[in-house]
Amino acid sequence: MSLSEIMFYILAAVIIVFSILTVTSRRVLRAAVYLLFVLVATAGMYFLLNYQFMAAVQLTLYAGGIVVLIIFSILLTSHISHRFEKPPLWKILAGGSTFVFGTGLTLWVLLSHVFTPSSQKAMEVNMTEIGNHLLSLNKEGFVLPFEVISILLLATMVAAIIIAKKEDNTKSDEI
Amino acid sequence: MIQGIPITHFLVVSVIMFFVGIMGFIIRQNLITILLSVELILNAVVLNFLVFNRYLFPHHLQGQFFGLFIIGVAAAEASMAIALIINIYRRMRHIDPDKIREMKY
Repeated sequence: MSLSEIMFYILAAVIIVFSILTVTSRRVLRAAVYLLFVLVATAGMYFLLNYQFMAAVQLTLYAGGIVVLIIFSILLTSHISHRFEKPPLWKILAGGSTFVFGTGLTLWVLLSHVFTPSSQKAMEVNMTEIGNHLLSLNKEGFVLPFEVISILLLATMVAAIIIAKKEDNTKSDEI
Repeated sequence: MIQGIPITHFLVVSVIMFFVGIMGFIIRQNLITILLSVELILNAVVLNFLVFNRYLFPHHLQGQFFGLFIIGVAAAEASMAIALIINIYRRMRHIDPDKIREMKY
């Protein structure tokens, strides 16, 4: 067994165990920390697949940004020691059966299909290549989604500020 | 491709992560934990894109760019959702999705 295989199975076990703990933990802060473990292990998978840039984005944006944001909002909206009550039985049954049937069906389709890995030479994925592709107008360029997502992020920033800001009570006081 | 690890092993991991996310979406009773489940689902999809890119089309970069855009959209979605959750908490003092019945102000 080679080192990358051992690494893959460790990461796979971490991902599966902690993703199940994320959705079953009764304490909300622990669930967020388990999600952090899942995201870091996924970044390890990207390193294993040789996509260093994606792994770095995953670590900084997901594990660094989103999880911190979520933990902030947990601290703002609930007590740290608060425990959830057990969900009602019909919810557990509905969720569990969805999990079992969905996983079974998808795995059945997946394992009965034969994938033929490409034998072509792998493309070198460096920063120059990624930047050229992102801003190119040619056949493999991605300049349109790049612009669309920049507008999306701007709109999100404005909307998040407007939604989360406190209502302005000073005006009515002045009148 | 990676020596010794078939593509289906990666796909099995991402399928399990995806459906655990859907299970959490159904059984959770708190808006923030539902958001955590959505992050799990998106993460599984990005892993899937990258694995297909690496194994089946290693001479292209499409999967990587789609993963990049999904991560961007996920960041936008998480920040919007958290703004909404904080606003809901400020008005109703709880974030239980079963008890939030009115969308009117």
